[in-house]
Amino acid sequence: MQAISERSATARKRLSSPIASLATVVIAVLWSLPTAGLLVTSFRPQADIQRTGWWTATSFTLDNYRQVLESQTSGRSLSQAFVNSVVITLPSVLAPLAIALIAAYALAWIDFKGRDLLFVLIFALQIVPIQVTLIPLLNLYVDAGLAGTYWPVWISHTVYSLPLAIFLLHNFMRGLPKELVEAARVDGAGHVQIFLRVLAPLLVPAVAAFGIFQFLWVWNDLLVALTFANTPGTNPMTVALANLAGSRGSAWYLLSAAAFVSMLLPLIVFLSMQRFFVRGLLAGSVKG
Amino acid sequence: MATVTYSKASRIYPGTPRPAVDQLNLEIGDGEFLVLVGPSGCGKSTSLRMLAGLEDVDAGDILINDRNVTHLPPKARDIAMVFQNYALYPHMTVYENMAFALKLRKTPKHEIDRRVKEAAAMLQLEDYLGRKPKALSGGQRQRVAMGRAIVREPQVFLMDEPLSNLDAKLRVQTRSQIATLQAKLGITTVYVTHDQVEAMTMGHRVAVLLDGVLQQVDSPRALYDRPANVFVAGFMGSPAMNIKTVPLSDKGGRFGDVTLPLTREQLTAAQADGGGNRVTVGFRPEDTDLVGPNDGGIPITVDLVEELGSDAYVHGTVALEGQDERFVVRADPRRTPRLTEIVYVRPHVNTHHAFNAATGLRI
Repeated sequence: MQAISERSATARKRLSSPIASLATVVIAVLWSLPTAGLLVTSFRPQADIQRTGWWTATSFTLDNYRQVLESQTSGRSLSQAFVNSVVITLPSVLAPLAIALIAAYALAWIDFKGRDLLFVLIFALQIVPIQVTLIPLLNLYVDAGLAGTYWPVWISHTVYSLPLAIFLLHNFMRGLPKELVEAARVDGAGHVQIFLRVLAPLLVPAVAAFGIFQFLWVWNDLLVALTFANTPGTNPMTVALANLAGSRGSAWYLLSAAAFVSMLLPLIVFLSMQRFFVRGLLAGSVKG
Repeated sequence: MATVTYSKASRIYPGTPRPAVDQLNLEIGDGEFLVLVGPSGCGKSTSLRMLAGLEDVDAGDILINDRNVTHLPPKARDIAMVFQNYALYPHMTVYENMAFALKLRKTPKHEIDRRVKEAAAMLQLEDYLGRKPKALSGGQRQRVAMGRAIVREPQVFLMDEPLSNLDAKLRVQTRSQIATLQAKLGITTVYVTHDQVEAMTMGHRVAVLLDGVLQQVDSPRALYDRPANVFVAGFMGSPAMNIKTVPLSDKGGRFGDVTLPLTREQLTAAQADGGGNRVTVGFRPEDTDLVGPNDGGIPITVDLVEELGSDAYVHGTVALEGQDERFVVRADPRRTPRLTEIVYVRPHVNTHHAFNAATGLRI
């Protein structure tokens, strides 16, 4: 223990030295420069964007944003696509979380025959590239009469994320002290009560981490949406943006504004979820 | 109020040839404080967990109050358990930790409140009821774990080394508190420890286990006075008994020129069961005197003196049959011998223990 705390102390000292701080600032600036440029560009008039770079900006306008929000692709506006994105994302985050939590609990705490094999098989599914599954899945959805609804994209996002979700949550649950579950069992709790009243409060960091990960993945996904939700009634922001640039090549000056519209929600989600990344939830439970 | 019966209960972990607990037979009386003790890996914790329902029973039965609970889940057994690392629910306050089991049983609110307050008063936890476990000291956490068991008013208390995470001073203090509490509540208790001092001081009876096999179960006094075999003799008592296997003469066990006398029956028993011409003899460090050179003591060369204040323990060696044998004896702390000095150790009359050299059983 002594060695670890000493090492962490020296690491902290080194990482907070002036040189390290300077390097961090340089990296941060380099990293955010393109985004800053994009932000400036999104407020510039069309003529300026097409003639000069963003660093020469002098005049600003909200025209781009107005045009983006009012623009029509195949008869639907971008605000419709924004709504679609929300409608697609929420179930695509909540469904895999719910299923994976239950599966991870069973794999971590219920002793049944073939458990380890099942776990390995689930994790092995990660190897299958999703591109391979796109066309067969699409065939199934069309045969089932689901084409044109949100169901194909909901189901696809759910099944694609399950292996990783189960793996992550299982490992997190196994990391909790087993005496905690045993104490709850002796206290008279069944599986549902152990899960809801003892483990769930401790799983918050893992759930938040996976939730944000999955949210960003689904929100920013183009491939799955393009394959399964490529109708005007269901397509999300990413597809609408691709169409915006593709269907009217002359309107590329709108892309920066459109990108910021689509970044807005992830930014809010990320900042508001940050407080769930807390450590030390287990403090005081067990000793040793 | 309940009795507990282990009837040939065995636990065999998959993939291991030897049972972790081998045909354990044990009767625990109503209100009794029974201590399971043994070195690590002896199966004492496994035995307790079998009773708790946290471990499968592969053969035999376990009965609580003559009701067969062998294959019942923990919650159907009406037991409460205190874990070595306490296993408090970290997101609940002390009050909620203690109330949890009662809430699950849908006990009325005022009844929960009464019982939690009562237990908290008993354990001096009243001021901490609103705190989370992380804001408590080790001793307080240990008491919360006890409180969680007490409020249940169960048939049986199970305690799995509940003191081993406390520092030495607090451990001694809590030890007596637990024993007092148990006497007051009168609830049958099974207590696991690896510490023979805890076992001696707390238990009404003590069961000694080794390699999954019950060695002896008896009162602390009887274990100390009449250990059933060599293992129990060496395990109970601190410092450990001096146990040596020595040649057998027609009078007793020969330590060089000194003979510790055995009765006629003991001599016969020593030669039976392949014991041959050797016998295992033991005497406790506290059952000895340091005597003069011609008083029939075993001469040992002192190589270490441990001063404990009230006592001093003298460690020394003597060559017996060409082998250096170590002995520990208690000495007057105000007149301890110097290092390398030769002292003469004479066990008190009739306080030595004899065992068959082949079987290790008491004779």
